[in-house]
Amino acid sequence: MTDRPVVAVVQFPGSNDDRDAAWALGALGADPVLVWHDEEELPAATGAVVLPGGFSYGDYLRCGAIASVAPAMDAVRRFAASGGPVLGICNGFQILCEARLLPGALRPNRQLEFLCEDAVVRVESADSLFTRRCLPGQELVLPVKHGEGAWHADEGQLVQLAARGQIVLRYTDDLNGSLGNVAGVVNEAGNVLGLMPHPEHAVDPLLGSADGGLLLAALVDAAAEYVLAAA
Amino acid sequence: MRATVLVRPKDGILDPQGEAVQGSLRKLGFDVGSVRVGRVIDVELEAADQRTAREQVERMCSELLANPLIESVDIELLDS
Repeated sequence: MTDRPVVAVVQFPGSNDDRDAAWALGALGADPVLVWHDEEELPAATGAVVLPGGFSYGDYLRCGAIASVAPAMDAVRRFAASGGPVLGICNGFQILCEARLLPGALRPNRQLEFLCEDAVVRVESADSLFTRRCLPGQELVLPVKHGEGAWHADEGQLVQLAARGQIVLRYTDDLNGSLGNVAGVVNEAGNVLGLMPHPEHAVDPLLGSADGGLLLAALVDAAAEYVLAAA
Repeated sequence: MRATVLVRPKDGILDPQGEAVQGSLRKLGFDVGSVRVGRVIDVELEAADQRTAREQVERMCSELLANPLIESVDIELLDS
């Protein structure tokens, strides 16, 4: 027996940050379990789900579109509906938008370039499940690597989401044409976060930044709380 | 029955791909205005008549083929 909460990391064909996510979660006190996309159930006692970065199904049709209807996503939908914490990173964010678990959609970067660099994001709301280890206004250095990371919604929706505290992370400058410089959004219930930057690549200061650990450690906390509440 | 689905970026949605194609066309000497890039999806399906076929394809569009937030669709049906 272990008191480490199980965090399911869903692997789609073309995912490539699944192992990094699992490593980071393990380093932060979780018991990461890789779940293949055609599984119809999540592991018993799953406390949180991570949809990792990558190029699921070769980005066919639209980034994340095919993955959004994979069998494992039905299980993720049920888990999210029960209040379970779900984090989508990069391609995982695209999948959550395509699955309509998060508002908006991700479009090709304004400059049509694949971006691979460290980005600075500001914590707009420290009240969310995922940002509660951060300070409001805190700036985090997190790597980005994406070609289609420009978040789009209509202006009215952005205002509404911001008023409700659902826009949790914004780039400090216009990185990719994302509306309102949005980098991360939570759902209305507050238990699903999608973000383009990669917290799992920023948990060890040796690699330049450990700021991602703040977000992932909060996810591990949330996983432990979910397991406790479900018991 | 065969359906051809034309998916386009909605009006007002930024289309960097279209802008890149526009830039290249101009470089080749073509005097072009706006260029937008979409996609074509051909689907073969069984359906009793055009109306039920259209209903099916509309559902395919809203569930997978297009993202209604950013894309518009036109559906053409061909008996075959």
